[in-house]
Amino acid sequence: MKNLPRFFTFASPSRFYRAAGWAIPWIYAVAVLVSLAGLYLGFFVAPVDATQGNSYRIIFIHVPAAWMSMVLYLVMAFWAAIGWAFNARLASMVARSLAPTGAAFTFLALWTGAFWGKPTWGAWWVWDARLTSELILLFLYLGYMALVEAIDDTRRADQAGALLAVIGAVNVPIIYFSVRWWNTLHQGATISMTAAPKMANTMLLSMLLMTIAFWAYAFAVVFMRTRALVLERERDNEWVRALGVNNGSVA
Amino acid sequence: MTPMAALLARDLRLASRRPAEALLPVVFFVVAASLFPLGVGPEEATLRQIAPGIVWVCALLSSLLSLGTMYAGDYSDGSLEQMLISRMSSVELAVAKCLAHWLMSGVPLIVVSPLLGLLFGLSWESIGMMAFGLLLGTPVLSMMGSMGAALTLGLRNSSVLILLIVLPLCVPVLIFGAGAVSAAEVGLSPSGHFYLLGAMLLLTSVGAPVATAAALRISV
Repeated sequence: MKNLPRFFTFASPSRFYRAAGWAIPWIYAVAVLVSLAGLYLGFFVAPVDATQGNSYRIIFIHVPAAWMSMVLYLVMAFWAAIGWAFNARLASMVARSLAPTGAAFTFLALWTGAFWGKPTWGAWWVWDARLTSELILLFLYLGYMALVEAIDDTRRADQAGALLAVIGAVNVPIIYFSVRWWNTLHQGATISMTAAPKMANTMLLSMLLMTIAFWAYAFAVVFMRTRALVLERERDNEWVRALGVNNGSVA
Repeated sequence: MTPMAALLARDLRLASRRPAEALLPVVFFVVAASLFPLGVGPEEATLRQIAPGIVWVCALLSSLLSLGTMYAGDYSDGSLEQMLISRMSSVELAVAKCLAHWLMSGVPLIVVSPLLGLLFGLSWESIGMMAFGLLLGTPVLSMMGSMGAALTLGLRNSSVLILLIVLPLCVPVLIFGAGAVSAAEVGLSPSGHFYLLGAMLLLTSVGAPVATAAALRISV
């Protein structure tokens, strides 16, 4: 029993640093291989859509990106709150590392949505409820990042960011429903995204593979960013200095 | 006098000493809203259609622009720190500050909003709806804004940062506030919008002062 890692083992920045450093190449490998498989399935194997032709294939990137953008916001708020409530340094660092990746996925979802919308709807952008709330989600990410970057004191930055992330997480459903009602009140739903045709199995499989790949990518990037933050914040600690002395380069 | 009432009276007295400064938000509100017809064109039908949105967006901006001074003065001379360590709870402090901000920046907006309604050619009924919507919505803006002001206390570019943080959170208020007037304009009942605005007012009244108090303790 003594040798089993305890639940909070990796809450220690030094252990996390080593474990993440070991895991990152493997996670990257998963991300690359699974996304290659998913893209191959999506672009070459999945059948052509009867009404949309080939342009629908962007959903294999678009839908997983949109999922990730929403999940990552909640994950970010969760870790930020943990870091704030329990004074867990690593949790705060993870929360801060998540924000750019979440914002990137939100932007990717909007961008690929525009690429899909142009041939399908004939417009780069429509004020559809989902598009609008995704845009506001991007603003929430940007607000969080701007706030934590503007505060020099890391402790205050982490706590203020945590509060803002939690407020944002509470507000996300309110914003989503208000935008939905706004949309239905102002204009008849001319375009429905919910009436999607039944998906072929290969399409579903490809989308799932892409989701796994995006998760792996998110893990890898967030771990890398957290490792950099650990080095930056713990630079006065013995073990960080020892890294520099022993290896010459920081591995 | 309770500490809360004393703080409220103090803030109002401070504002009354500099009346020109206290009137800035409402002047901004009127000037900004009057620019839209110049940009959009003087067609009455168009103006009537976009009036609710313009009035609400300008109300949102004007109440957020005046947030910079909400805690900043007290923070820079140290009195905010004294208030936080005094026997008054920090939630009470937040409530008093929000109330003072609303009385100074929200209420004047409600008072002058009929004037803007006339400028945009709204009917009297719609004007009444707009004022009532502002009555329900502007306290929410003040409370949301006070969270932003507390979070960005003492930062270099805090005035822009507040806008970036608070504007996305104010989207629902904007939607239902402007939606009520639009509904009244086309002859629908605006009561649904008012119920939702009222619900948001209740929710923020419960949540925002606590969050503001937490933000103040983080920032000071």
